[in-house]
Amino acid sequence: MKISIQVNEGPYQHQSADTAYQFAKAAIEKGHEIFRVFFYHDGVNNASRFTVPPQDDRNVVNNWADLKNADGSDIDRVVCVAAALRRGMLDESEAGKNSVEGNNIHPAFRISGLGQLIEAGIQSDRLVVFGD
Amino acid sequence: MLHTVNKSSFERNSLQSCVNIIDDSSVILLIEDGVISATNNTQSSIVSDLASQGRVYALQGDLEARGISSKVADNIKVVDYAGFVDLVVEHGTPVSWV
Amino acid sequence: MSTKKFMYLNRKAPYGTVYALESLEVVLIAAAFEQDVSLAFIDDGVYQIVDGQKTDGIGMKNFSSTYRALGDYDINKLYVSKESLDERGLSEDDLMPLVYEDEDDDWAEKPSVFVVSNAELSKIMSDQDVCLSF
Repeated sequence: MKISIQVNEGPYQHQSADTAYQFAKAAIEKGHEIFRVFFYHDGVNNASRFTVPPQDDRNVVNNWADLKNADGSDIDRVVCVAAALRRGMLDESEAGKNSVEGNNIHPAFRISGLGQLIEAGIQSDRLVVFGD
Repeated sequence: MLHTVNKSSFERNSLQSCVNIIDDSSVILLIEDGVISATNNTQSSIVSDLASQGRVYALQGDLEARGISSKVADNIKVVDYAGFVDLVVEHGTPVSWV
Repeated sequence: MSTKKFMYLNRKAPYGTVYALESLEVVLIAAAFEQDVSLAFIDDGVYQIVDGQKTDGIGMKNFSSTYRALGDYDINKLYVSKESLDERGLSEDDLMPLVYEDEDDDWAEKPSVFVVSNAELSKIMSDQDVCLSF
């Protein structure tokens, strides 16, 4: 089956990003395809490349970045642009457009619009929401 | 349908709201703090009827993490993440009561 | 593109958290995809469409007027839980009078808000292909 995931909360504050990741991993192990993971609300913070957890803790951002589908293809990890900009999450292109110095989106993630969430709902057999 | 509830019924009303609205063919999966409602406590009655019909599941990892896997109420089925995936596949549109 | 039934499940009051505002932003985008869209307001979510919201005192943007525009985007199925209204001492009269113009009926103005019982809401929900929760 084609499954997409919406993550509504940031890492560490809530368990939802961890649950979403464990669910995605299990789905792939069972032979399903993760069509897209869409990060919304504070979920955009899952994409910060500056995340530095203590060494004995899991790295939620890298977990997402390392997650691959069974055929070895990358998971499509999409960060909502409106939610991201509001919370100070910018990639190089958005930083340029908004005259902000520096950028903090991990290269494994891409910034795009809310249409990607709707499209994930249309294209996938299931869309599962994880939030607070 | 599969309904997931991730909050303890001592903290929020999401489990009660979910139970009030779901149809007769729906099942509930308790995850995260939602697993507190899967144990024998003063609020477990919210799901006891549904559990006796075999329609309530709880996520094993969340029960274990909270040290309550030995206190799961009768008839509640314990599943791992793979079981979570199976429920999503089998029961159609998932609804999250976040 | 195929048409699916999308439900937006709103269970949180506006302003205390960002969920109501950002849910509305998704709904507005969704309109462009020509899917079958319905909104459910349950629990404190019913406060999202209560009439007379004024945010001057909290320094936040009042986005309640955006709900009035939904009809123009053919989003005209807003289901409100009667039980949730009752529990909160609210009635349909406390809600914004949201309407749309029905192009199949000589653009007659019709209500978009439907106060429904939990049993009716259950049926509507069971019919959905995608449920986005906020």
